[in-house]
Amino acid sequence: MEPVNMESMGHPEIYPLVLTTKTQEIFNCRIDEDVTDEQPYKLINKVDIFEDLRNRAAVSDFHPVKKIVQEYPGNELLLVYDKDFKYGLNFYLIGTEEGKENYLNPPEVPEEQEEYKEHIPEDVYVYKPPVSKPWVSLGSEKEIEEESVMESTKQITYMISQKRSEFGAPVKFSDQNASSVKDAYIECTAYPDKNFTLKQLEKDVSMQVIPQIKDTSTQTEWTYPKNATTQYYPREFSEEEKETLKQSKPLVDFLNNASISVEIALQQNEIMNTFIDDWKYLAEEEGTFGDKTDTHLKEYQSFTDLHSPTEKMITCVSWHPTIYGLIAVSVAVRLSFEDRVYFSGKLLLQPSLILFWSFSDPIHPQLMLESPDDIFCFKFCPSDPNIIAGGCINGQIVLWDITAHADRIENIKAGDSRSKKATLKPMFLLEPESNTEAMYIRHCAVSSIESGHKKVITDIHWLSDTFEINRMGSVFENRSGICCQLVTCSADCTICFWDIRPQKPLTPQTTEKKKEESIEIPFDVPSTFLHLDLSWKPLSKIRLSKGETSLDYCPTRISLNEDHLLYKTEDKTLTQSKIVKTGEMNPYHNLESGMANLLKPIDDFCTKFFVGTEDGEVIYTDWKMKKDSETGRLMPKKPVSIHTIHDGTVHTVQRSPFYNDIILTVGGWNMAIWKEGVMTGPLLQSCCAPKMYTSGHWSLTRPGVFYIGREDGYIDIWDLLEKTHEPAQSQNICITMITYIKPWIFSAKQQFIAIADYYGTLRILEIPWTLSRPSTNEMTSVNHYFEREVKHLEYVEQRKNIREQEKKEMELEMEKKKIF
Amino acid sequence: MAEVEETLKRIQSHKGVIGTVVVNAEGIPIRTTLDNSTTVQYAGLLHQLTMKAKSTVRDIDPQNDLTFLRIRSKKHEIMVAPDKEYLLIVIQNPCE
Repeated sequence: MEPVNMESMGHPEIYPLVLTTKTQEIFNCRIDEDVTDEQPYKLINKVDIFEDLRNRAAVSDFHPVKKIVQEYPGNELLLVYDKDFKYGLNFYLIGTEEGKENYLNPPEVPEEQEEYKEHIPEDVYVYKPPVSKPWVSLGSEKEIEEESVMESTKQITYMISQKRSEFGAPVKFSDQNASSVKDAYIECTAYPDKNFTLKQLEKDVSMQVIPQIKDTSTQTEWTYPKNATTQYYPREFSEEEKETLKQSKPLVDFLNNASISVEIALQQNEIMNTFIDDWKYLAEEEGTFGDKTDTHLKEYQSFTDLHSPTEKMITCVSWHPTIYGLIAVSVAVRLSFEDRVYFSGKLLLQPSLILFWSFSDPIHPQLMLESPDDIFCFKFCPSDPNIIAGGCINGQIVLWDITAHADRIENIKAGDSRSKKATLKPMFLLEPESNTEAMYIRHCAVSSIESGHKKVITDIHWLSDTFEINRMGSVFENRSGICCQLVTCSADCTICFWDIRPQKPLTPQTTEKKKEESIEIPFDVPSTFLHLDLSWKPLSKIRLSKGETSLDYCPTRISLNEDHLLYKTEDKTLTQSKIVKTGEMNPYHNLESGMANLLKPIDDFCTKFFVGTEDGEVIYTDWKMKKDSETGRLMPKKPVSIHTIHDGTVHTVQRSPFYNDIILTVGGWNMAIWKEGVMTGPLLQSCCAPKMYTSGHWSLTRPGVFYIGREDGYIDIWDLLEKTHEPAQSQNICITMITYIKPWIFSAKQQFIAIADYYGTLRILEIPWTLSRPSTNEMTSVNHYFEREVKHLEYVEQRKNIREQEKKEMELEMEKKKIF
Repeated sequence: MAEVEETLKRIQSHKGVIGTVVVNAEGIPIRTTLDNSTTVQYAGLLHQLTMKAKSTVRDIDPQNDLTFLRIRSKKHEIMVAPDKEYLLIVIQNPCE
């Protein structure tokens, strides 16, 4: 048995051994006693080992290394305790003298050199070019030999040459048909020989799949980029060619053939639209009737003026056309006529105001516009929201120009965010920093007291900027692009048209008057309308007279043809763009520029309008004056139709935002819907309500919905598609009479309705989704409804005539019977 | 010929028909009821489309041929009746 040495580990002289405790005792190499960490080796005599071998023979631990011991040249062998089991067993024997020497006196320097030598080859890589070695055959040439083709038989060669004598002689060639001459040629025809036919049983085919790629390249001459354009015109036939072609027979035949199939296709489309999704259309309709989850108006905010000493009521409400969250309210003192006269002294000391409220601050109004007396109606100018015109209780029109404060109200939101950062204080102590002082803005101009209205102005409208009228009431086109005319109606039974541009002085008297009455205007009032102040006369006045008696119609509301444009949201962008234009050079500050132009008259303009009166009548009349043949004066035309429908003052005459010719009138205890052009009566007239109706307004997004406010603080929401005999919903808003309703759209999802009441509180409520979003066919359905009603009215008229006829016939018969 | 006029008038008088164009084999309009620029646009585009449709049908089955082409879009339906030499284009609005 060969002793195992550690040649594999690089130490062929080391022979690992296991020494049992007994052997350790015999040789005095007990672990940790004789053989320790400091001296892990022991020199053992060869003789001792032989003795042990003899004594214990195979049992002896030295048995495996017996041969080494015998061959060992020296006398003493080195036995080392292998504490770490480096060589696998707990002891090892060094079998050579040299090894012993090396162990006992380990050479240090050569070891270090060896270490260095090991490192150097790692750092520097020496390039060894490949050395050519003789080719070692691995058997591949056999395959090549098998596959290669080599001649197996020796080739036969023939040499053919001419007779020597004919070398260099001239050659004569001639043609000859090979088959005609015998033996001129020898042929070896091919014939199929079965011995040599090989049937290929196997075929070696190799295939490689490659994508179809094609690589080509060209070189182009690229000088510089250049813009190139092409202008073309299509090829067309001239008229003569077209004519000749028309006559040609192939075209006729073609058309006859083609038109058959085309007409079939056209008729198919006319019969039915095969592409509609019936389920989709079904679903939409269901949504309108059954959905009643959230139909109540939700309270959003409410504004009350806490600083006023007397009790006020709100007379008119208007949202700012462009700024979000800004609403203007006109307040008036809540006194009857006698009380007003009685307290007139006290009332003079308190300013009459229009308050501007913003959503961000419910306590302090943002702006306060001062007026000489209580305002009962006011409107923002559609082409410039910084101009406001209001009608006073004393019959004057008041104009304000708030251009100077425009940035104040536009940046209200910034103030709100600042106040949020303040420390926690109770709500009533928190005040926005920028808007603490009440900004009183004085009016810019008032109309002339003598030539204007004599009683309270009940309604005021700006005329649309698309037309303007002159003294006769004729309509001309408006070149200035801004709203410059107003119409007012008042309790003194007149309707006046006003122009805000400077009027040329008719008589020299007026100039003298101006010089006399040059009142000092406070410096902070803009001079926009200075030319109008106190001398403003109406352009024309129309008196609504009942005839011979002095009792005239007392108009409370009017509705002109073009008003509906102001409500439509699509036109909001138009008005905004117009406002942007006016920002550069405000035409309102330069009103004289547009005056001198000769204006073109607009023909076939509808000059008729609706008027609601104090006695509940709805009048349809014309503003165009006609020249009275007798007196030569300008006389207003007679009203086209008068209907007494309502039992009380008509306080709402409003055109629908969707239909130009549908008007809603609310007054007394009922409401009526009219169509312009249908003179027989209203399309719909509601029955008497339990409580008096005090205000009304169409919905801005749903064609068949309108809101009516009652005197007990309830708001009735009518939906013409749901019920026409009573309101669809009724909701309590406040405890007192609702004086004004004004809805407004801010975005597709946010719609508010401002409700003003008799006690001076303005409530802003949010219109729920169901009330603001129209269903898909709502417009057409409401259209159909109105058409049906018109037809119904016509039918009623016809029946009336028939009944008259029948009555006459019956009377005749009765008379005939009497005779007999 | 009056026949041509009569046929085209008959087609044009159908409910919802917006326009009719007769185009020759090269795409040049011969007769039309629309304005010039629209006609030229329709003629050019639909001529190419018809050629493509025709070649598609014949590629799939050489015995087959295109007889009628109807394109339904959101707003209208365009009908094309092809022939060897001419093309009849009719545009109809099928919905109310």
